Amino acid sequence: MTTTIATYTGVYGMPEAGSAIDLAWLIPVVPAVSAAVLLLIGKRLGRYAAHVAILAIGFSAVASTIAFTELLALPEEARSVISPVATWLEVGDFEVAWSILIDPLAAVMLLLVTWVGLLIHVYSIGYMEGDERYSRFFAYLNLFAASMLVLVLGDSFLTLFVGWELVGLSSYLLIGFWFEKRAYATAAKKAFVVNRIGDVGFMIAMFLVFSATGSLAFAEVLPMAPEIASGTAVAIGLLLLVAAAGKSAQIPLFVWLPDAMAGPTPVSALIHAATMVTAGVYLVARVSPIYATVPGVGLTVAWIGVATALLAALIACTQNDIKKILAYSTVSQLGYMFIGVGLGAQVAGVFHLLTHGFFKALLFLAAGSVMHAMADETNPWKMGGLRKVMPITFATSLLGWLAIAGLPPFSGFFSKEEILVAALDPPGAQGIWVIGTIVAGLTAFYMSRWFFLIFLGPKRYEQELPGVHPHESPPSMTLPLVLLAVGSAAGGLLNATPASLLRFWDPETSFLSSFLAPSVVPYYGDTPFIPHVPAVAIVTAVAVAGVAAAWALYLREGVDHVALRERLGGFYQLSYQRFYVDELYEATLERGGRGLANAFTTFDRVVVDGAVNGIGRGVAGLATVGRRVQTGYVRSYALAVAAGTVLLAAIFLGGLLNGQG
Amino acid sequence: MTPLLAQTEAASGSAEFWVFIVIGAVALGSALSMVLLRNAVHAALMLVVNFFAIAVLYATLDAQFLAVAQIIVYAGAIVVLFLFVLMLLGVAGDQAFTGRIAGQKTTAVLLGLALFGVLAAGVAAPFLGEGTACNVPVEQRVDAEGPLCEGLAVANADGNVRGVGFLIFTDYVWPFEVTSVLLVVAAIGAIVLGKRREDPGELTDAPASAVPALRDDDDDEAASDEDAAEPAAAGASEDDEEGTR
Amino acid sequence: MTAMAVPLGWYLGLAAALFVIGLVGVLVRRSLIVMFMSIELMLNSVNLTLVAFSRFHGTLDGQVMAFFVMVVAAAEVTVGLAIIVNLFRLKASSDADDVDVLKA
Repeated sequence: MTTTIATYTGVYGMPEAGSAIDLAWLIPVVPAVSAAVLLLIGKRLGRYAAHVAILAIGFSAVASTIAFTELLALPEEARSVISPVATWLEVGDFEVAWSILIDPLAAVMLLLVTWVGLLIHVYSIGYMEGDERYSRFFAYLNLFAASMLVLVLGDSFLTLFVGWELVGLSSYLLIGFWFEKRAYATAAKKAFVVNRIGDVGFMIAMFLVFSATGSLAFAEVLPMAPEIASGTAVAIGLLLLVAAAGKSAQIPLFVWLPDAMAGPTPVSALIHAATMVTAGVYLVARVSPIYATVPGVGLTVAWIGVATALLAALIACTQNDIKKILAYSTVSQLGYMFIGVGLGAQVAGVFHLLTHGFFKALLFLAAGSVMHAMADETNPWKMGGLRKVMPITFATSLLGWLAIAGLPPFSGFFSKEEILVAALDPPGAQGIWVIGTIVAGLTAFYMSRWFFLIFLGPKRYEQELPGVHPHESPPSMTLPLVLLAVGSAAGGLLNATPASLLRFWDPETSFLSSFLAPSVVPYYGDTPFIPHVPAVAIVTAVAVAGVAAAWALYLREGVDHVALRERLGGFYQLSYQRFYVDELYEATLERGGRGLANAFTTFDRVVVDGAVNGIGRGVAGLATVGRRVQTGYVRSYALAVAAGTVLLAAIFLGGLLNGQG
Repeated sequence: MTPLLAQTEAASGSAEFWVFIVIGAVALGSALSMVLLRNAVHAALMLVVNFFAIAVLYATLDAQFLAVAQIIVYAGAIVVLFLFVLMLLGVAGDQAFTGRIAGQKTTAVLLGLALFGVLAAGVAAPFLGEGTACNVPVEQRVDAEGPLCEGLAVANADGNVRGVGFLIFTDYVWPFEVTSVLLVVAAIGAIVLGKRREDPGELTDAPASAVPALRDDDDDEAASDEDAAEPAAAGASEDDEEGTR
Repeated sequence: MTAMAVPLGWYLGLAAALFVIGLVGVLVRRSLIVMFMSIELMLNSVNLTLVAFSRFHGTLDGQVMAFFVMVVAAAEVTVGLAIIVNLFRLKASSDADDVDVLKA
């Protein structure tokens, strides 16, 4: 087949007046306005607050869909459209316009954010029922969605950064939604602080971009990418990687994400699936023209991704909290996405982002549904046998589990394989493929563990949690589950047609590849390490082995888990204690920071305060002398005034005379 | 310039000269007496003389309106106010010159001489040329060098009062209205200030209020020592006040 | 120079002399009321220069300005004397040197 597909041209068009793309600024604005309304008068709306919020995000979802179809109707090379909205800053020649950039990449993200966001909103009706800050929760959800939409639609580094920060803010608000519990408030603070580290990287990268190109708009910077000096490009790439690592929870900044479980479960679903963590992946894909000029940086991104994937997967294997397991699995899956975008296979990365959005939202909402039924219990060892009691949750989780485990023909299989296949090609990336394959097996293992412990086996909760009578959740919660399950099962079709089933990443025939191609600049050539088809077979076999291992350990009768843990000894502890990363940070960064702060305090007290006090004492001493001048006699003051008058008169009149003479 | 007008000006020339000499001497003498006389009522009377002298000078300077206003406002109202206060307070008697400030008198006189020197050299000296004298015939004036006197013949053509009034109610109407507000405010202020308070205690420099709020801690002892001595004095002054009422 | 000529400078010199006498009066007299009279003298001397310059320049603006000075002086005397009366009530004295509350 010789069809050519559109590539990145760096040409951006204007939208047709009155078209949905032209009005796309409404997509973030409507939820933002709704959030403001809910914050102001939400309490009076009572239960209707949810309806307002859902209407707002529903509007965005429909509008995004219309914009998407309009984009599809355009010719392939004209699908990057910038729609100016307003001038934001104007400083001399430097102008920052608030414009909306819609291109295939943004459009795909829009669909994910709005539709998954909508389902999570609907789910929250049931989940948040009876919470005392019901309306505020929906306000925050809307704000979160709006922030992410600003980020996705940003046409420049600066507008993207605004969304980036707003996302950080709303995640802080939502993670700490139940701030009465100290641990939750701390988790929110942790997420915020860790994100700030990434933000600093983003800002410095912005400064560099501006100094190198004189602009921050993608439409101007990205086409100029090849002209940026390679040293600067490397710096920009690495700094953006720091930013992305912060937002997308990669090594070394992943520690906030598992703690972010403190928020209500729909928030976790939103953070992990639709918004927030995908921002980093999106950023790297968005600036792919810059990464294309310095592939070595991309390789760094990929290596960080695979290391994160492995570490998080190892941790996830031993956690005893159904939300924590999912959290680490998100970190791990994000690692996969970083492999994809890092190796120049942005399509694969974004593809995995989409399918992950489906199945991770599904799994989180299912976990929430389970917790709803089990009186907020999160320990899977106290569950088991929920299959019969919660049939819909069970069936949907089954699909989600199969998808994330990477078993064909579910969505996760296609996207994960596509990423791993991409790792076969570039020089120096084969190690990534090997580790990625191991991670695939680990993923299958821990997700099977999660699934088996909750839904299959004996009903341990009857003993462990007396008085709890699990029940299926209300329709407002199960409906999103069903819809997401459909996406998880069939999402793979987005980029895999039957014809291409065995020829992965065949841009000519697969939809997503050809659709996204104009947005991104792929790099690395085609020098397979081993042929694609056997590679896929190997990965699938490893995944099946992972499932089998989980079955052997957690479904078979008579496994002595205590003995097993002791036999594993240090390895178990290492994984169970999350490799002591938090403790390491505490020992180094926190203590170090505290020591530094103490040093600064001392400096402040001795040197700065000393200088200030010294000045004060000096002035006081001078004043003691100077106060003798203040006799209190009005006539002395008058004398002084008179003397000044004479002096001034002499000066001015003397000057006048000189001027005349 | 009609010959008649020129003649009039020339005729007024010698008159103005003598008026200036005599009235100027009166003004200077009365001013000096005012400063030097120990009795405040005498000083006030000297001030009246001075104001009259200046009113005459105004008249010679073609400012008839101001001359009359000077007599009414200053001599008629202000000096009467001074005298009234002097009588009210009963402080008309002799007042010592030497104060508690060392060298005040010498410094003041030296400063005054310096200022006079500066003003005479800086302001008066440039205007000694023949052209600056308005009472010499026009022909001489025009021929003279340096700054020239314009004269008020044109501006006062309809009379000085009409001229001044026209300016006040056209160009200066806004400041004029503002001064009316100023006068009202001043009158209200005087009434408020003059009102006798029921309890003057907080306004007298009684011990508690005499200690400035912003004072160093070290000085507290000294301050309280001073304060301890003061109640008697304060009480005495209050008694005095009663007595003067 | 005509013998009978009165140049502007004479008026200005007279005004300067009156001003300086007033100034010295403010500085050397201790009676608040006499100090106040001296201030009036200073204001008058300034008015004299304004009027003299008015004739010299041939415009009446100087006279109008002198008029405003008179008004302000009247207001000032009203308030100033009220303050002096008040001060006298507190201190039983009209001596400027008796008032030294501002002494540091």
